[in-house]
Amino acid sequence: MIELKSVEKKFGDITVLKGIDLSVEKGEVISVIGASGSGKSTMLYCINALEKIQSGQIIVDGIDVHADQTNLNELRRHIGMVFQQWNSFPHLSVLDNVALAPKLVLGKSKDEAYSIAEKQLKHVGLGDKLDVYPTRMSGGQQQRLAIARALAMEPDYMLFDEVTSALDPELVGEVLDTLRLLRDDGMTMIVVTHEISFARDVSDRVAFFHQGVIEEIGQAQQLINDPQKERTQQFLSNVR
Amino acid sequence: MDYTFHWRPVIKALPDLMEAALTTLEAAALSMIIGIVLGLVLALLRLHGNRPLYLFATVWVEIARNTPALLQLFFFGFGLGAFGWHLSPFMIVLCGLSFNNAGYLAENFRGGFLAIPDTQIKAARSLGMSASQSYLHIIIPQVFRLIYHPLTNQLVWAVLMSSLGMLVGFRELSGETQFLASNTFRLFEFFLAAAVIYYLLVKIVLGTSYLLCRKLFRY
Ligand SMILES: Nc1ncnc2c1ncn2[C@@H]1O[C@H](COP(=O)(O)OP(=O)(O)O)[C@@H](O)[C@H]1O
Ligand SMILES: [Mg+2]
Repeated sequence: MIELKSVEKKFGDITVLKGIDLSVEKGEVISVIGASGSGKSTMLYCINALEKIQSGQIIVDGIDVHADQTNLNELRRHIGMVFQQWNSFPHLSVLDNVALAPKLVLGKSKDEAYSIAEKQLKHVGLGDKLDVYPTRMSGGQQQRLAIARALAMEPDYMLFDEVTSALDPELVGEVLDTLRLLRDDGMTMIVVTHEISFARDVSDRVAFFHQGVIEEIGQAQQLINDPQKERTQQFLSNVR
Repeated sequence: MDYTFHWRPVIKALPDLMEAALTTLEAAALSMIIGIVLGLVLALLRLHGNRPLYLFATVWVEIARNTPALLQLFFFGFGLGAFGWHLSPFMIVLCGLSFNNAGYLAENFRGGFLAIPDTQIKAARSLGMSASQSYLHIIIPQVFRLIYHPLTNQLVWAVLMSSLGMLVGFRELSGETQFLASNTFRLFEFFLAAAVIYYLLVKIVLGTSYLLCRKLFRY
């Protein structure tokens, strides 16, 4: 379970997260929507401690993420993350992209790491690309590679930061399909997205961010089809 | 023009010249390896070091890039010698070239590091890699790709720069040529031969570098 309690995050003098409370149960899929600049990405970065927080607490499976004694490398093994820019490692083949972290971080042997990598790559439909270099692939393929790379660590949670926003429209579908696949596998996910219909159909709950606070949160269908707050209504009518 | 060429002394001395050419390559290659390691460290100090370390690295880079290589060599020869610290001619050349290489390469490395998007580090860290694992396996290999050609240029430069060694008594290709030429009085022939050998050495370096590039970087 991931719990955020009154989380505050500042960049210099600017407060970007103004007291976020959120808890995500095991197996739950939460979509996060909201205008750009509202702090969605920053919240994800705080959950796996790529960014520090100034006050509040983030607890992942009982571990206080931002406590001094927390071993972040150990913690991050359990929290996969996929970024808007897919961030393939360009100097490594597709197979090595996925196998590297299991080797380095989990201490798997080369053979084990490769077989884990191959399994995950097949899972996201890249089984025929093992020896290709990522720069030769489409954005959609690279994004699926990034998903396989995160899954190879066998994480308990996955964070997705606008993973389809940088893709050509015709490539969005294949990546969203991969996310659906994960949901069906029972993965716990926080998905920051602008794909409103995806948020409505695939997630359990949706949170609407506005200027660093969660303005509204609720059951996916309900929040999207019948938002209660005026700002949510405004946002949704603008993006539709 | 009544200069008559006499090539026989040169031909007789070819084995010596070849051996000296190897010494040249050896000094250049060693100084390059040391220069790469030190250059990497200097670049990281300039990017991430605290104030004193940053200043130390910056002074090094500034001196290496903005003073004559010959004076840098003299520093390790006569300079240290004045303090009673006498290095062998080989060590003087090795230290001088390494100092110079490190200074130039540090700037190349620094540019390389800055050119890698910081999202690469974020991606690596998000997978649980430590900071040093991220640098070693993700960032540095990409930096080497980016600065591969400047690296090759620096190696060529080191081969040619090593000829300054003759001024501190190092018997590399130029020093050996000087020695043989003055023994036989065939100055022009010997220095012409040396020029051709330098030219070939550089071509060998460039050719090897090209082949290595194709083998190392498949993307
Ligand atoms: N590294 C940073 N340094 C300074 N300000 C930042 C940084 N990252 C994000 N911000 C600011 O924080 C706010 C929230 O950004 P972000 O979390 O990226 O929003 P969103 O993902 O919802 O678009 C923005 O105003 C942005 O300019
Ligand atoms: Mg964002």
